[in-house]
Amino acid sequence: MKPEILNEQVCRRHFLGRASAGIGAAAIASLLNPRLFASVQSPNFNPRAKRIIWLTQAGAPSQLELFDYKPGLQAHFDKDLPNSIRGEQRLTGMTAGQKRFPVAPSAYKFQQHGKSGLWLSELLPHTARFADDLCVIRTLNTEAINHDPAMTMLQTGHQIGGRPAFGAWVSYGLGSENSDLPAFVAMISRPSGPTNAQPLHERMWGAGFLPSRYQGVRFSSGKDPVLFLSNPPGINSERRRAMIDDVASLNKLKFEEYQDPETQARIDQYEMAFRMQAAVPELADLSKEQSKTLERYGPEAKKPGTYAANCILARRLAERGVRFIQLYHRGWDQHNNLPGGIKSQCYDTDQPTAALLADLKERGMLEDTLVIWGGEFGRTVYSQGTLTKDNYGRDHHPRCYSIWMAGAGIKGGQAYGETDDFSYNIVKDPVHIHDLNATALHLMGIDHTKLTYRFQGRDYRLTDVHGNVIKGVLS
Amino acid sequence: MKKENPALKYTFAIMVIFHGMIPASAGDVSYNRDVRPILSDKCFSCHGFDPKTRKANLRLDTVEGATSEINGVRAIVPGDIKKSEAWLRISSGEKGEVMPPPKSNKSLTNAEKEIIRKWIEQGAGYEQHWSFVKLKPVKVPTVKDATWPGNAIDHFILSRLEKENLTPSSKATKETLIRRLSLDLTGLPPSMAEVDAFLADNSDNAYEKVVDRILQSRHYGERMAVDWLDAARFADSNGYQVDRDRELWPWRDWLIRSFNENKPFDQFTIEQIAGDLLPNATMEQKVATGFNRNHMLNEEGGVLADEFLAEYTADRVETTAAIWLGQTFNCARCHDHKYDPITQKDFYAFKAFFHNVPESGVGRYGNPIRQNAPPFLKLPTPEIELKIKKLNEQIKSLGDQQAAMMGKSTAGLAEWVKRLGKPVAWEAVEILGASGGELSPKINGPAKTLEIGPQETRAGTIKMNLRLPRGRTTALQVEITTQAATAGFQWSEFKIFRPAGKDKSKLPLKLKAVAAGDSLGVIETAKVLDNDRKTRIAVAVKPGARVLGSFEFLEGLVIDESNSNIEIEMVIENTNGPTILRVLSTNVESDLLAPLNITNIAAKEESKRSPAEKKMLLDFRISQQPEYRKLGEELDALKKQVDSAEKEIQTTLVMEEMKEPRPTFVLMRGAYDKPGERVTAATPAILPPMPVDQPRNRLGLAKWLVSAENPLTARVTVNRFWQQVFGVGLVRTSEDFGAQGEAPSHPELLDFLANEFIQGGWNVKKMMKLMVMSSTYRQQSKITPQSRERDPDNRLLSRGPRFRLQAEFVRDQALFASGLMVDKIGGPSVKPYHPPGLYEQVTAGTGYNVYVVGKGEDLHRRSIYTYWKRSVPNPAMLLFDAPFRESCTLRRPRTNTPLQALNLMNDPTYVEASRSLAQRMIVEGGSTVESRIRLGFRLLLARQPRPAELEVLRASHARNLADFQKDTEAAKALLATGEFKNDAKLNPIELAALTSVASVILNLDEVVTKE
Repeated sequence: MKPEILNEQVCRRHFLGRASAGIGAAAIASLLNPRLFASVQSPNFNPRAKRIIWLTQAGAPSQLELFDYKPGLQAHFDKDLPNSIRGEQRLTGMTAGQKRFPVAPSAYKFQQHGKSGLWLSELLPHTARFADDLCVIRTLNTEAINHDPAMTMLQTGHQIGGRPAFGAWVSYGLGSENSDLPAFVAMISRPSGPTNAQPLHERMWGAGFLPSRYQGVRFSSGKDPVLFLSNPPGINSERRRAMIDDVASLNKLKFEEYQDPETQARIDQYEMAFRMQAAVPELADLSKEQSKTLERYGPEAKKPGTYAANCILARRLAERGVRFIQLYHRGWDQHNNLPGGIKSQCYDTDQPTAALLADLKERGMLEDTLVIWGGEFGRTVYSQGTLTKDNYGRDHHPRCYSIWMAGAGIKGGQAYGETDDFSYNIVKDPVHIHDLNATALHLMGIDHTKLTYRFQGRDYRLTDVHGNVIKGVLS
Repeated sequence: MKKENPALKYTFAIMVIFHGMIPASAGDVSYNRDVRPILSDKCFSCHGFDPKTRKANLRLDTVEGATSEINGVRAIVPGDIKKSEAWLRISSGEKGEVMPPPKSNKSLTNAEKEIIRKWIEQGAGYEQHWSFVKLKPVKVPTVKDATWPGNAIDHFILSRLEKENLTPSSKATKETLIRRLSLDLTGLPPSMAEVDAFLADNSDNAYEKVVDRILQSRHYGERMAVDWLDAARFADSNGYQVDRDRELWPWRDWLIRSFNENKPFDQFTIEQIAGDLLPNATMEQKVATGFNRNHMLNEEGGVLADEFLAEYTADRVETTAAIWLGQTFNCARCHDHKYDPITQKDFYAFKAFFHNVPESGVGRYGNPIRQNAPPFLKLPTPEIELKIKKLNEQIKSLGDQQAAMMGKSTAGLAEWVKRLGKPVAWEAVEILGASGGELSPKINGPAKTLEIGPQETRAGTIKMNLRLPRGRTTALQVEITTQAATAGFQWSEFKIFRPAGKDKSKLPLKLKAVAAGDSLGVIETAKVLDNDRKTRIAVAVKPGARVLGSFEFLEGLVIDESNSNIEIEMVIENTNGPTILRVLSTNVESDLLAPLNITNIAAKEESKRSPAEKKMLLDFRISQQPEYRKLGEELDALKKQVDSAEKEIQTTLVMEEMKEPRPTFVLMRGAYDKPGERVTAATPAILPPMPVDQPRNRLGLAKWLVSAENPLTARVTVNRFWQQVFGVGLVRTSEDFGAQGEAPSHPELLDFLANEFIQGGWNVKKMMKLMVMSSTYRQQSKITPQSRERDPDNRLLSRGPRFRLQAEFVRDQALFASGLMVDKIGGPSVKPYHPPGLYEQVTAGTGYNVYVVGKGEDLHRRSIYTYWKRSVPNPAMLLFDAPFRESCTLRRPRTNTPLQALNLMNDPTYVEASRSLAQRMIVEGGSTVESRIRLGFRLLLARQPRPAELEVLRASHARNLADFQKDTEAAKALLATGEFKNDAKLNPIELAALTSVASVILNLDEVVTKE
C-alpha cells in the first residue's frame, strides 16, 4: 500500500469517529480531497473573506483622540466626570486613588471625510482617505482592565492563557492556501517614539490546546525572518538540498520497514522546510517592490521591523495566500503625555495602514481581505494625573472603545454603535469581543458555533458560549 | 510535493490527537463503556447534574431522574422503548421534537441511537461512573498462549488481543530495547559500552539487569521530573505581562532527588501539598511545598490584588484536581459541572484548603529582580551562614563600643549648644539647566525650582546643572513640594559631580546623609547614596508640605570663580503626579547640621531642658565626634557586607499557613468581587469523605488524596506512567477521568495496576519496572498489515510503542551522543543558545528581558535546566510541543512540522553537536570511513546501519568530502558554529564532511523517535 493511501484511510476513520465534531477536523479531512472542501465549508454561506489582516495596536489606543468624536467635552474641561456616568465601574489601581476625575477633552480636532462624512481625527489624515471603506465600531467592549488579560481576551476569546489565538482557529479550520508558508503569521513592531511599549507574550499567537502546528509563526526582521530558517555558515542551498535528500533516502528505508505514517510525514516536513527557505526570503525581499509603492508606506518603510515595513510584508503575505496575518504595533499605553504619545503612534501607523489599504484596493484584494485595526481596550475620558489644556493622560477603559474594520463584506463609511457624551458607557448597539470574532469568522465563511475543538471533555470555541454576528457592519 | 496535497503533511499528527474510542463489541451494551459517553456528550448539558441549566426538569444522569414521571411521561422506561419518551424524541424526524434539538449543534449518529435503543431494551441499567467506583481486587485473566506473557500485564493485553483474534508482535531487538528503555526512563540514549554489554550478556535475566541499572541511574530522576514539571506548571518567571524572574529551582531539584530516591508516591504527595504542616517539618519538606507556588503571579501596574488572588487559588484547585484526581474542576468554577458530579460549592470548599497562605494577589512591581514574592524560604549555604554570623558579632562589638561612649561628658558642649540654637541658613541654588526624558523637567528661573513628571512615569534620571555661591559649601538639601492634590515618586539614587576636569573624569563627590532641620532621617536619606537602585525613598507630598533630604560634603566643597557649577543626578523609579524640586545650600559648620528635635532643645533656655533632653543633646554631640563617627563608618561598612551576603542567599517559594484562615466564599459566576455563600475546607461530596480525625487543612487533604479509599489517585497516576512509556494512557484523556473523558481501553488492567501501586507502597520504580518488564512493552513497533487494519492506533497494544521524543530529550540525546552533555544534576536554570532578538521584540527588552547566552557548561546542560520564561519560552522547546507552563499540562501533543526540521538542521545547538559527533567518529571510530559512520550511527540508534543505510551515508560522506575539498572556506565556516572547539590536529575537510554526515544522522526520523 502506498503511504498516501494509508494516511487517507487513517484520517478518514478519525474524522468519522468521535473526534470529528467541528468544522476544523472536517476541513482538514477535506484537504485530503479538495473536492470535499467546498461541500464541507459552505453549506450555510459563502465566505466573503479569504484572509484576515489584523492590525493590532497593543497598549490600547485612545478612542477619544481618534474615532469617538465628542465635541461636547470641550465644555466639560477639567470638570469632574459626573458620578452618574462613572457609576460603579471598577478602575485600575493606577487611578482608583485619584481624588478627582477631571474630564479631558481631545486635544485633537475631528473632521468629516469622504462621501459618507465619517468623523475622523486630524491624527489620521492618511487613513481618512479611506473613510468610505471603514466601518468604525465605537461600542466594542471587554471585561479585562489590565493589558495581559485584555490582550489575551482579544486574541483568544478568554482572559486566561491556554486557549488558541484567533489565527490558530482559522488555521485549524481552514488550513493553508500556500504549501510553502504557514497559514498564520505574526509580526511585531516597536514604537519609534520614546513611549512605554507594553510587553506581549508568545502565547498571544499560540495554538493553546490546538496542536502546535496551528500556532502563529512569528516573522521577525533579523537575519532569520522565521526561526532557524537560515542554513548555518558553510552550508549553502545546494548542500542543504543534498542533505535533505540523504535524510529522505534513509527515512524512506525506515518507512518501508516500519510503515509508520509519522515517518512519511517527516519526509514531507523536510521538503516544506526547504521550500520555506526559498519562499520566506523571497517574501521578505522588498527589492522588487516599486519605489513608488515603498514611498506610499512613508519614511519608515525601508527600515526592517517597523510597522510600515510589516504592512508591506502583510500585503505580500496576503498575495501569497496566507490566511491570517497579524501585526502588533506596541506603544499605545498613554497614561501620561497622551497628546504627544498618540501623535507619535499615529506617525508610525497612519500612513502605512492607509498604504496597505491602497495596495489591497489597487490589486482588487480588499474585496476578499478583511482588515481590522484596534487594540485591547479603550481609555478613560478623565485624565490620569494632572490635566492641562495641552497635556493629560488616560487610564484603561474596557467598557467601550473603538476599532475599525474594512474590506471583505464590510459596509464602509459608517460608525456603528453609540457611546454616551463621555465615551464612558454604551448607549446603543454594544459589540463584545465575542461578537467581533463571530463576525470575522462569519466573513471567513465559518459559523462560529461550529468551529469547535474538544479539550478536557468540552467542545471549545473561539467565542466560548457567546457571540453574535453583527449584521449592521456587513455589506 | 504536489500543490493540492499540503494537507497530507498535517494528517499524521492529527491521528495522535484524535484517537477514537475503541468501539464496543457487538452484543451487550455497557452503560459506562457505551452509553454514558453518548449521554454525557449529547444530553447532560441540558439534562444533567447542573440544576441551573437543566431543561424540562429532566435529568438523565441518574436512574431516578430518567425514569420518574414528568407531565405524564417517563423519559426512560426500562425494557420498553415504545414507552420511553427519550427514545421517541431521539428517533423523531420532527424538527420541533427531535432530541438533541438542532440548534444545540448536537446530533446522534445511527450507531449511537442503536446503542441507546439496545440499552433501554436491556433494562437501562445505570452504573456509577467507572472512575469513581471503589478499587476492588482484579482477577488476572487467563490466556490461550501461556508462553507469551512475561508478567500479569500481558495477561490483560493478550486476553483482549485473543478476543479480537489478534496476535502480539514479535520481540524487539536488543538494540531497540535498550534504546527504548534508556530514552523512556532517563531521556538519554544508551552509551556504547552499555549497548555492548547488553549484547554480550546472554543470561536469562540480561534484560532485567539493564532495567535495574537504568532505574538506578541519576538521570532517571531528571526524566521523571520533566513530566511533573509540566503538570506543576514550573517556570523560572512569574508570567503575565511583567514576567520577572522567580526562584523555584530548589523545588525542581527536590523533585529530581525524590524520584531518584524513589520516595513513595504517597509521601511525595504529602510533602508537596503539606510538607510545611508535617510535625517538625524539615527544610526539604518545606521546599517540597513549592509545588503549590508554581502558579503565575501578576505584577502589572494597577492590577487588583483580590482578582488575582482568586486566580492563583483557583489555579491550585484545578491543578491539584487534575494531577491527583483526573478531574476538570475548572468547569465548576463558575457553575456546577455540566458533566461530572462536582458542584460549584465543591470547587470553593476545595479552594479553602489553599486559601490560607500569607500572600498577596499582586507581585511586587518595582522591586528588585530575582526577588521572590512571600512566602519564601531562605536556603543559606553553611559558608554564608557563618559569614553573616561573624559579621553580626563584629557589628555588635562596635555597637557596644559606641554605646559605651554615650552619656560621657565632652568638651565644648555648652559653646556648641549655643551655636546650635540659631537656625541654619539655607539658600536656594540657581538651576542653570536640566534634562530628564519622560520626567520632562521644567525650570522656573525666578523661583529657582524644577517641575517634574506631570504624570506616571516608570523610571528616569534627572540631571541638573547648578550654580553654587562662591566660597565654602558644607551641605546641600533637596526640597520636594507639590501643588497637586497628591504627588510623589520613588527616589533611588543621588549623586553630585563637579564638571569633568581636563582628564575628562567626572567623579562623584563624597556625600553623607545628614538629618538637618526637618529633613528626612539619615537612614532614609542614605538609601539614595548606596549605589543600589533597589533601595529607595518613597516620596509622597501634598500642598503645604515638603520633603527634605540633606547631604553633607564629606570632604568639603569650595567654589571659586573658575569653577562654580556642579551637576546633580537624581534617579527616579516611579512618578505619580507632578512635583516641584528646589536645591538649597549652606555653609554652616558641619557640626551644626542637626535634626529639628536637637536644634529645638538647643533653642530652649538651659533651665527649661529636661534631663532626658540634656542627654539627647550630649549624645548627639558625642555622635558627631571623630572617634564615634569612625566607628559608625566601620559599622556601615559591616552592615553593607551583611546586606550583600543576605542577597547571595538562595530563596525558594513555599507554602505557609496563616493562623487565622482567610474566609472563603463561593464566587458567583466565578467573579472575584461577587462573594456568595461562605464555605469551609472540604473534599467533593461524590468522593469518599475525609476521615473525621484528619485536620481540615492541606495536610488532611494530602492524606485523603493518597488514602486507599480514594478511587482516583492511583488510577490517574499509574495511567500517566503508562502514558509515559506507551505513548498513550490506558485512559487516553489522562487529564480527564470524568464523564467526558475517554473510558479506559483496558479497565481491568488499569485497576490491577492501581491496586499494585497502592499495595506495593506507592513504589514508583517498582511500577515502572512492572511496565517495562512486560512482554507488551518489549514488542517491536513495526506496523504490520494486521495491526494497520485492526489496531491502527495501537490502543490494543498489538505492537510496541513508537513515537517522537519529547522536546527536552530530542536535544539531550544530541548533546549526549555527541559527547557535549555536561553531566551535572540540579542548580539554577541556565541559558543555552537562543536566537538573538527574540526577547526584545516581545518584552520590554531591557534588564531581565534581555537573553544573555550563557557560557561553558551552561550551554550543554540537560534541557530540564534550560531557563523557562513564560512569555517567551525557549523557542526550540515550543516547536517540539512543550507547553507554556502557564497552567497544568498532563499530556503534550506530538506534532510534526517544517519548523522542527529547520530547528534540527540549523539551530547552532545541532550544528555544534554535529561537529562534536564528527570528532567522536574520527577519534573513537577507527580509521575507515565506514567504521566512523558506524560509530556515529550507533551512538544515536544503538544498532548497526544496514547495508542500504550505510551506502547512503557513505555516498553522503564522499560527496561532502569532495565538495569541501573544493570549498575549504565553507568547511571552516561550518566548523566555527558554537563554542565547542574541534581538535586542531584533525583535518578540517574530513571533519566538515563527517559533520555533514552527523547532521544527517541527527535529523533522521528514527533518531527523534523512541522506537
